[in-house]
Parts: sequence; C-alpha cells; structure tokens
Amino acid sequence: MPDKRKVCLSGSGLTKVFGFGRQKTVAVDHVDFSFYEGEVVSIVGESGSGKTTLAKMLLGLIGTTEGEVYFQGKKRDISTQKKRLEYWRNIQAIFQDPFSSYNIFHKIDAVLLDCINMRGGRKLPHAKKAEMMAHACSFVNLKFEELTNKYPFELSGGQQQRLMIARIFLLKPKILLADEPTSMIDACSRATILDMLMQLRDEIGMTIIFITHDIGLAYYVSDSVYIMERGRFVEHGSADDVILRPKGAYTKRLIDDVPKIYEEWDLSTVLPYKHGG
Amino acid sequence: MSNVMLEVKDLTTKYITRFQEDIYAVDHVSLKVEEGKTLGISGESGCGKSTLALSLMGYYFPPLHYTCGEIIIDGCNISGMDPDDVRKSILGTEISYIPQSAMNALNPTQKVIHFIEDVIQAHDPYQTKEEIYELARGCFESLGLPASVLQQYPVELSGGMKQRTVIATSVILFPKVLIADEPSSALDVTSQKMVIKMLKNLMENGFIKSLIFITHELPLLYNVADDIMVMYAGQIVEKGTAKEVVFDPLHPYAKGLMGSIIVPEEGLRECKLTAIPGVPPNLKNPPFGCRFAERCRYARPECTAFSVGMRDLERGRAYRCILSEKELRDAYRRGGQ
Repeated sequence: MPDKRKVCLSGSGLTKVFGFGRQKTVAVDHVDFSFYEGEVVSIVGESGSGKTTLAKMLLGLIGTTEGEVYFQGKKRDISTQKKRLEYWRNIQAIFQDPFSSYNIFHKIDAVLLDCINMRGGRKLPHAKKAEMMAHACSFVNLKFEELTNKYPFELSGGQQQRLMIARIFLLKPKILLADEPTSMIDACSRATILDMLMQLRDEIGMTIIFITHDIGLAYYVSDSVYIMERGRFVEHGSADDVILRPKGAYTKRLIDDVPKIYEEWDLSTVLPYKHGG
Repeated sequence: MSNVMLEVKDLTTKYITRFQEDIYAVDHVSLKVEEGKTLGISGESGCGKSTLALSLMGYYFPPLHYTCGEIIIDGCNISGMDPDDVRKSILGTEISYIPQSAMNALNPTQKVIHFIEDVIQAHDPYQTKEEIYELARGCFESLGLPASVLQQYPVELSGGMKQRTVIATSVILFPKVLIADEPSSALDVTSQKMVIKMLKNLMENGFIKSLIFITHELPLLYNVADDIMVMYAGQIVEKGTAKEVVFDPLHPYAKGLMGSIIVPEEGLRECKLTAIPGVPPNLKNPPFGCRFAERCRYARPECTAFSVGMRDLERGRAYRCILSEKELRDAYRRGGQ
C-alpha cells in the first residue's frame, strides 16, 4: 500500500555537475526517488557512483545543479542560515569517516552537550545532562566514565562511530542519513549498532537512509533498496526483489562480488582493472 | 610434511604508556603457518590483531615492547633482534606487511617507480634504476597491473589501484611471509574482489610462500583463509580450519561472532543477528581467568577463578574455555531452542 504511507523526503530530477567544459563530471544524473516515513532505504553502489554526492545534496551541504528536494511534501527551503538550521534539526547524518567528523578541539562532553542544547535542553541541571549523556553512551555500548574529559582522537575508529550514533540518539531527528556507517566497525558491534538504529526507528518513527556498498547490510536492514550506477538509479524495489532476484546486469555483478559463505565465491569473474573511481 | 614458514611460540608483547602502565596487547600467542597456506586472524577492533602483526615482524618501536616468546621465520629466530636490524635485514625480504591504511602508504609527492626505487635501494644500494624498472615492470605485469602505473603519481590512481600498487610493492623483494592487515576494508566489493584475487595470485606465482590475512570480515576470511584464528582481548580463543571455525565454532565468543555475519543470501532477514552484549575488557588490568567471562552467556563462577589455557583437540583445533567440547555443544543446543 504505497499510497497510505506518507512521503518524507523525495526528489525529482536531482542533478549535480562538477566542473565544466572538458572536466565536466556528472556525479548525480537526474535521479527521482521518494522515501516514506519510518522506512529504511538503502542506496547501494560502488565507490565513485555518486552516492555521497547525493547524500550531501539531500543534507543541503552542497547545492543542486538541477532538480528539487521535497521535505514532507513541501519544497525544501534552505536559503537562509536560520531555515537551514531548522532543516538540520530534522535531518542528521553519520559519515563514513569518523576521524574527520569531529572538531578536534572539542572534548567529547562538548559534542554531546551540543546535541542536548540543540534539542532545547540548555536549561537542564548539569546532573540531568550528565545522566542523558551516560544513557546515550550506554545505548551504543560505550562507557561514559571512560569517555568524559577525553578528546575524540583518543578513541578508536569504532568508538568514534558509535559516539556519532549516540549523538543521533540524543538528537532524535526525523531522517537519519547514514553514509557507510559501519565500514569502520567490526562485525560484532555492527549487529548491535544496527539493532540500535532499528530500535531508534521504532521509537521515534525515524526514516533511515543507508548509503553503503555492503550489499549484505543493505539486504539485512532495509525495506527498499536503490542501486546506483554512475549517478543514476538503475534498479529499485523491495529488498527481497532487488537482492535475491536482481534484474539488471550491474546489480547481478555487484551481488556476485560479495564474499559468501554458503555459495561458492567465484574469483574468475573479476575485471582486469577499473578506470577512475 | 610441508615446511613451516613462520612459527611463533608464546609471544607476548606490551605497550608501555606514558603513565608507565603495561598493556599486554598480545598475550602468549602461538601460531604456525605452513608453506602455501593462508592463516586468517579475526576478532573485534582493539583485540590486538594489528599489534600481533607488528609483533610478528619484530617491529618493536616504542611504545611497543617485546616481553617474551619466540618468532621463527623459516628456521631463523628473530625474537631477540634489534628493531633497526630487523628493519634492514628482515622486513621486505623475509616478511612483509601491507598496512591497514595502504591508501596513505604511498608518498603523494613521488611517482610510484621512485617509491619502489627507495624500497629496493634500502636493501641493495647497488641496483641501477634500469634494473629496478625492469624488475618492477615484470612484477606489476605478472600481477595484472598495467606498467603505466609506475609513471603515475598516487593521486592519479583509484583506491583499488593504490591498494594493489602497495601490495605489488610489498612483495617486490619476494618475502617468505606476507602479512595483510585489513587490505580491503576501505574498498567497495568490486575492488575488494580484485585485491583478493591478486593476493591469491601472489602465492600461485611464487611471490610469497605464505600469507597471514587479518580482517574482521568473516565471510571474506572464510573465502580466503585455510585456517582461522579468533582473537579476543590479546589472546587466541579459537583455532581451526576455516570451515570448522565458521560453521562449528566452539568458543562462546567465536560463536557470537559467527552469529553476526551478514551475507546477501536468502534467509538472512529471517534469522536475527546475535550481538554480544557488553564491551571487551580493558587490557590495562585484564580480568583474571577467562577474559570473556563477563560477556559470556555460559559463564560459571569457576571461569574467573582459574586461569584458562588452550584446550587442544585433534588436527590443530584448539579453543580457550574451561568447558569441554561436549558441554559447550550441549549448551549451544539448549540455547538454540
């Protein structure tokens, strides 16, 4: 029943072109999509297929060359800084590289306090804030006592990424855009984190957009999957349809390339080498 | 009986922090790699996988310090050697290493060929540039890389190409053992497959004699490695062939890890991933007895009362738990219902 669900974020003819003349690169090429409320969507593609550019456009971090983004049925307006902040209260992101996601001069406490303040908790007593921070940390399997008064670079990559998710836990946005969220996390805590994100979605009806090259992950978490090749969506549909019964040649190749444990992993189908990327 | 390329007995290494605390990141690790075999090492982040890799190479620069144990590479014991000597005479020729962030291993201001010249001249200063170029070209071509890469700067290469260039450079002196530390975790599936294929080719083409592959991605490890070791908090908790460890894990931690595998195959969405609750212990003062006890579903009071050794089963299978094989299997069967 696709009509019953409310569209949360949609786009039509979204395009991004970098450079001009000879160096013109079309990173995202007229993509149309509609993500529904409370849905988990995955955008899957190789590196260089324009996934991250699309994410940045959705976040409003870079401008669009062509096309429009619609947020909750209305045209997105981020023309002024105030409107932009309001938009960011609704959409938050986790990026692939946690090392460059933090301000290295701010302690971890400050990172989390910022989130509490942004949700209108500026006037709360300090003990309450500390409790909220500890709760958020324990939600992502971190110990707040070990983190407090430390700088982000003192943590491992996995811990930093989990701290990112603790931020989301405090912020409770409408849309979470997760750009390769678990690429730096080991398999064991990945399961925990995915469960947490799902739990978070059930609690506050958050829409999660996963941007990933891990097809197993996309299959496990998402309701619908979009496959991206060279800036275009080449296939989309429910996760079962796309991953188990792929139609396009590109999707098939992508799925073949994932190491599997129950089926033979065929190494002979590898391309000699790839240009660009 | 094939040749043992690398043998490690009871290796223990520690980090000394600036507060003079000792952190035993590798604790009594023993392993053996035979000629033509690939050993896989897995475990969660912070369990000492990368430290083990550095220790195996004898790369003891502060804060990492050697404590005890033996490292024997093809019959030559390097355990007591000075790290500077190790760097000159062992690294590259006997044992070689692909770092975790191989993307950053190349010098951005040098062409690839100049980087390779540096590597070779560090070991043999009398080789001429022409000789090196011929050697590098032959090496790259037999590994399926175009020779034009040699004249390019690292920024001109894609991530997968950079990674494969680093691999080709690391084997250019024909080391006996190659340690690959997460060589493909930053790449997408297509480039990952190319890198893995190349690593497999290395052994077939006689560039290396054995491979140690470190990764936390179990489906990948299962496809690459002959034997798998699972590490937890600096110790080895399970050892066995790839098939045994993936499909029939004995140690509760290994069992938990196998429950978190994600592969795009039918039936994945129905079975729920099992996550292991809690966090690994702090290695500054690890708990006495079994280090996994506080996160273990099957823990008993005895677990933390005695120190737990490896239990050796037949054919090199071993695990570190106080429960016997039968008790563990019974517990899993009950837990699965």
